[in-house]
Amino acid sequence: MDDLSTPLSKVKGLGSAKEGTTHFWHQRLTALILIPLVLWFGFSIASMPVEHATLTGWVRQPVVAIALILLILSTFYHAQLGLQIVIEDYVSTHSTRTVSIILSNFMCLLFAIIGVVAVLKISLGS
Amino acid sequence: MTPHSKQPLSPHLQIYRLPLSAILSITHRATGVILALGAMILVLILSTAANSPETYATIHQQLDTWYGQIFLLGLTFSLYLHFCNGIRHLFWDVGLGFDLDTVDKSAKLAIFVSIVFTVATWWVATRMAG
Repeated sequence: MDDLSTPLSKVKGLGSAKEGTTHFWHQRLTALILIPLVLWFGFSIASMPVEHATLTGWVRQPVVAIALILLILSTFYHAQLGLQIVIEDYVSTHSTRTVSIILSNFMCLLFAIIGVVAVLKISLGS
Repeated sequence: MTPHSKQPLSPHLQIYRLPLSAILSITHRATGVILALGAMILVLILSTAANSPETYATIHQQLDTWYGQIFLLGLTFSLYLHFCNGIRHLFWDVGLGFDLDTVDKSAKLAIFVSIVFTVATWWVATRMAG
């Protein structure tokens, strides 16, 4: 009863990667944490004059910087998970699909890093 | 099949009117992709602010134009629609609100609330600007 897969399928190494639930679960966890963060961000940005001095002064507050970094990280993780599903569903050519997913993951990581560095640079004031 | 067959047909997608919930479903994906791009643009704005007031001013001027404002308005509405419909999905994930009547009502509620949030955000924003 241990293993029902054929020797051939074992050699090919295809099948569940045992990671599907993690993907689903992390999509929901990031969605949950984004609920308060998005409301806070939307109405904070709306309720200030978006001049350079006011914006940077706002980001310099430690609580704001922490919340912004949390927002950036969860947004791009959530985006990465979501974009991957969209690509998997609509890009049917295997090679194009793999390349698209790698590119989209890389872009999400890159922009998350740019965002965090920007917040740190403003808040640590250089 | 005879012309007068009573057998059910699968929907002809070109003429089949999608239920509201199905329209919201594909819109959820579309707004998700739009928001991913929007988040990247917001990060770029943040990085110009980190760079210098001058660099920030160039992007701020672009956002102050009519096309910049339309872009931001579209992004705000996309955000709140994805937000509200996402909460709908979270309720489904814990097994709530699955009957057709509730699904239709929650779809209408999600659209209504996202419009209210968009108007409220822009009302606050324009009061600040003016």
